[in-house]
Amino acid sequence: MSARTKQETLEREPWTGPARHYDIIKEGVIATLVVTVLTVALAAIFSSPDDPALTFHGWAKDAPDSLYATTVSELAGTSDSATYGPPYNNNGDGQMMGSLTPQKWAGVRQPVDPPNDFVINPLASQQQPADVATALETWKSAGADQQTSWATAYDTALNDPKGANGDATKVPTGEYGPVPTLATGLVAMAESGALDGVLPAPGQFFTTDNTKQILFLGDGSYLDDAGTANHLQGNQWGMMNETGNFPGQQWLAPFSFWYQLPVFNSEAETGFAATLTANGDIYILAIIAVMMLIVMFLPFIPGLRSIPRLIPIYKLVWRDYYKNQK
Amino acid sequence: MSTDTARHEAAPAAPATTWIGRLRDLLQRKLPYDKLLPETQPAYMASWIYVFGVLTLGALGVIVASGAVLAFRGPAWYHISTTGLFFNSLHFWSVQLFFLFMVIHLAGKFWMAAWRGKRAKTWITGVVAFVVAVGAALTGYVVQTNFDSQWIAFEAKDGLNAVGIGSWFNVADLGQNLLIHVFLLPAILGVLVAIHLLLVRVHGIVPPIDAAEVVERTTVQEKSQPEEAR
Repeated sequence: MSARTKQETLEREPWTGPARHYDIIKEGVIATLVVTVLTVALAAIFSSPDDPALTFHGWAKDAPDSLYATTVSELAGTSDSATYGPPYNNNGDGQMMGSLTPQKWAGVRQPVDPPNDFVINPLASQQQPADVATALETWKSAGADQQTSWATAYDTALNDPKGANGDATKVPTGEYGPVPTLATGLVAMAESGALDGVLPAPGQFFTTDNTKQILFLGDGSYLDDAGTANHLQGNQWGMMNETGNFPGQQWLAPFSFWYQLPVFNSEAETGFAATLTANGDIYILAIIAVMMLIVMFLPFIPGLRSIPRLIPIYKLVWRDYYKNQK
Repeated sequence: MSTDTARHEAAPAAPATTWIGRLRDLLQRKLPYDKLLPETQPAYMASWIYVFGVLTLGALGVIVASGAVLAFRGPAWYHISTTGLFFNSLHFWSVQLFFLFMVIHLAGKFWMAAWRGKRAKTWITGVVAFVVAVGAALTGYVVQTNFDSQWIAFEAKDGLNAVGIGSWFNVADLGQNLLIHVFLLPAILGVLVAIHLLLVRVHGIVPPIDAAEVVERTTVQEKSQPEEAR
């Protein structure tokens, strides 16, 4: 019988060599007690992170111009949410890997209509000042083309870098219809605190879905700035970080790593890097899926499964066994 | 002793024909009690690396216990209660320890090539349990109902949407994530851990990579020594 066959037989068959007393139950109880003591100590000494959630009330107070501009972009259909595509709407294709478009295949399953869901319906759900109520009526009675024309014109004028550049007081006169009044009305509603309660589901009692709040919040710079300040951005290893000095999801290091590569953080507008950056999530998730499959099926992959034999760290693990058998 | 009992005990062990009987026979064959709850282990099982598997289980126990307390008071309790904050901290740190121990356990098993000798299923269930635990942790982070959960929900949605999963698993839906975090993923993880442990018991602890050489060498040495010297 060859040495290899002997080894394989030894690995398959129940062990008949030297044995030692070992109480697994006792070991488990001791291990649980040790972990409990360690956890209690860590909890007592360091506590846990809990930075309060951002609110639309806070956004309106801290950065009203940002909320105003974001509201206009929602009405104009130029915000990230409005152009996102599936699963929220059909206004974008989503990410793709070559000809593979799983985001599109999945379809619209959580419909979000930013102009109505983020602006019009919340405003309409509350009693508004006369000018806002009139603006709402004007908006609702106009056709879709007219609404788009007003909102796009105002959005363009408000964000013109050579003109208003985000300052509503410097926007030149134009055909903006009720858009400025609606945006002012929503900022006022947010400042009063009413928008936070109404946004998830206007007119309904129970709310457990925060999709609309998260999307609207993320369309402006308020959430993004807070993420940057807390080192939570994807290219700051943010996936592994937490607010404050607490450890985050450290186990996502192999995932977060790919977001640090320049090819997935490119400023280029065309070419390979631009494509990878624009579709970074799908490419990185595909890489992670392949990595996971490799790890999962490692026992069957020639070469990789031999690494432990070639780099004999196992001799450290079983050093007592080898020492006693000499 | 009744006649029926005596006849039953004396009956030859015929193969079972019922489903439950077949399951009993399979368990008796693959995992008899002395294999399920052994009082001895192979002598080579003598390293600190073996402790990390059971430490991972201990941390999982603390996670479940602290999570059960949090579940009774709801996801926002810890914002307003110092007791709640302490239990949230227990949950938070036990998760950190759980992953630390599990990663060391997995790394240890890799360097021991612990999949040898028909133990591939044990390795695979361990890796799948790790992936499920990552999902359980992610849903835990998004049900914190604080700034971090807002941020993670906003960021994570893009990755999940990009591969189509986001259409069914919406990280911005607190209700969905709470149920998945508190019930679904822990249940799946519990089953995987149970299968993993049973497989460890069925196959036993993997022998050292060159155990056969050591056994042979030892045998040769013993034979070469005079009887009285042994």
